[in-house]
Amino acid sequence: MNDVPKTLNFRKRSAQAVQDGTLRQAMRTATDTFTEKRSQGVASLPIEAWRDQASEIKIGVLDDLHNYVDRFAASATRAGAVVHRAPDAASARDIVYNVLKDHGAKRIVKAKSMVTEEIHLNRHLEERGMKVVETDLGEYIVQIAEESPSHILAPAIHKNRQQIGRLFADKLGVEYSEDPEVLTGIAREVLRQEFLSADAGITGANFAVAGTGSIAMFTNEGNGRMVTTLPKLHIAVLTIEKIVPTLADLMTFIRLLPRSATGQPLSSYLSVITGTRRPGDATGAEALHIVLVDNGRSQIAAGEFRDILKCIRCSACMNVCPVYRTVGGHAYGSTYPGPMGIILTVLLEGMEHAHNLLDATTLCGACADVCPVRVPIPHLLRELRKLRVKEGFTPSLERMAMAGFGMAVQSPRLFGLGDRMVKAAWPVATFLGGKGVLDRLPKPAKNTAGRRKS
Amino acid sequence: MRAQLFTTCLVNTFFPGTGEATRKLLEYFGVEVLSPAGQTCCGKPPDSAGYTKEVRAAARHFLSVFEGTEPIVIPSGSCASMVKNHYQHLFERHDPMRRLAEETANRTFELTQYLVGELRAHSAGLRGRGKITYHSSCQLSRELGVKEEPLILLKSLEGAEFVELPHADRCCGFGGTFMAKLPEVSMKMADEKAELIEATGADTVTGCDHGCLMNIADALKRRGSRVKVKHIAQVLAEGL
Repeated sequence: MNDVPKTLNFRKRSAQAVQDGTLRQAMRTATDTFTEKRSQGVASLPIEAWRDQASEIKIGVLDDLHNYVDRFAASATRAGAVVHRAPDAASARDIVYNVLKDHGAKRIVKAKSMVTEEIHLNRHLEERGMKVVETDLGEYIVQIAEESPSHILAPAIHKNRQQIGRLFADKLGVEYSEDPEVLTGIAREVLRQEFLSADAGITGANFAVAGTGSIAMFTNEGNGRMVTTLPKLHIAVLTIEKIVPTLADLMTFIRLLPRSATGQPLSSYLSVITGTRRPGDATGAEALHIVLVDNGRSQIAAGEFRDILKCIRCSACMNVCPVYRTVGGHAYGSTYPGPMGIILTVLLEGMEHAHNLLDATTLCGACADVCPVRVPIPHLLRELRKLRVKEGFTPSLERMAMAGFGMAVQSPRLFGLGDRMVKAAWPVATFLGGKGVLDRLPKPAKNTAGRRKS
Repeated sequence: MRAQLFTTCLVNTFFPGTGEATRKLLEYFGVEVLSPAGQTCCGKPPDSAGYTKEVRAAARHFLSVFEGTEPIVIPSGSCASMVKNHYQHLFERHDPMRRLAEETANRTFELTQYLVGELRAHSAGLRGRGKITYHSSCQLSRELGVKEEPLILLKSLEGAEFVELPHADRCCGFGGTFMAKLPEVSMKMADEKAELIEATGADTVTGCDHGCLMNIADALKRRGSRVKVKHIAQVLAEGL
């Protein structure tokens, strides 16, 4: 994309974000609620054993990813779907556009899907004269606000109801209300018309089952079900690491995903779609196209950061992340924010583009405590920081300081000298440093009795 | 009984009182405290930043300075975790340093871990005063798994009242270089921590890591708070 900056500036974006008191309050409330509900949701359950199991299933698939992709494609084809393979974002966009064009589809309803954000699908279709309407309430809010999702599960988490009320009044010409029920009613009415007149529905998928060729979707609003059943054409776009071997394996994730995401034992709707509508079926699309997107996954799966592909997009890591909850998702400037988002963005978009995101962590480890598939997030972040140094994307001053440290640390005399220099230079440094970091540190002690000789 | 004391960089440079308090505590429980000459830094800063060569230099130096069989006591969760959890991964499997790193890890303790696990200091009837709350630092609680020891010690203090800090294990925003690289975010995170601390009504907040405590102290100062910030070694040594 030509409007994507060469290098994301997290420092600048986050510094701006923390000035926004409304945003911070909205983020605090929402992430605390998610986190609290999650802890209640997993309490008194064998959650640790489930996490092990889920992790093992995912690793098993990653070990033999291409075989599983072939198996899924064969099963889905047998069930009546047309399966497409997209090596990258551009080919995925083209495939979706061509399928729509072939079906003469102009009006499209969508269920929430992060991969279609990743490949920037909406803009591609809109630029070619199609009308695309997001039908997940949060995603709809973000769409009419002309923004991008700031959370992978709750796209409009950064907005409070007053802001949404003003947005609706502004864009939909309705009377201002800040009552969530009224606002939901307004959206429902608008979206119903879209559902009924849509030529095609586009969804993502939370999981894809190799054995049966089914795709599974967890939703809470029922919009996903309408997107997949009302229009005649359904296009499901998913990345290849979403595959699990069998329906029995899916059970493990049915237990884990909603609980990790919102604390619910099960989401309001769970759709498992296998192929097209058969004679006698009450619902279902007449044509189902499944687009299997690689877009960097094969490469990641073959490397040392493969564990990130276990991620099931539950958002638990961002909800507990002390940085995410302080700055919100837009500060990252990437499709995927928060701890998993940093890792994925660096791997998908490259170090040059995303290296600054590696600063957006204190390595506190709260994410690893909650990840349902045991992605070793802090470990991966540390390893990526090593790679950043290796590839030369750290400031030269920092590199010099670290090299100096490396020499001094082996020489107590030199290290002591450094220590004395800190002390001697302190008054000058605090004076010059002004509002910088030095101001926030205490004054060095005059004598260092602590390290006296025994 | 003898133990080697590692006086961390922050203690050495900014808080020598904590070093003295640690020594006093250990001696009170009959430990002869050795302070190996030539100690510098454990290597945590370059480790978090990804500078492997520099970390390895720090690890090699630390491992040679702290050779021996005595336990190594460190009044910091993050430095202790560096030695206990990270040193061994710096060296290849057949490198003799790997073996040394593993041996050293086994006899390394964070201060409260040593006080409770080895010295049973919580049964000694130590005295304290005032209303105390506790911030649980990240590497201490998550990497070392030291969650209960500081609480057991603080709750055992006769004459002091312990109040729990809500979200005690949420990061305060220090994060080593994080504080310097993203000061705006770091300060907001610390502000929220300070807000929670003040709401407990405690007159003292304590913890096991001077990095976090320094960041918290700064946030409390910005708020004009009267809450005192003390390392747990100081809180415990005051009652001797």
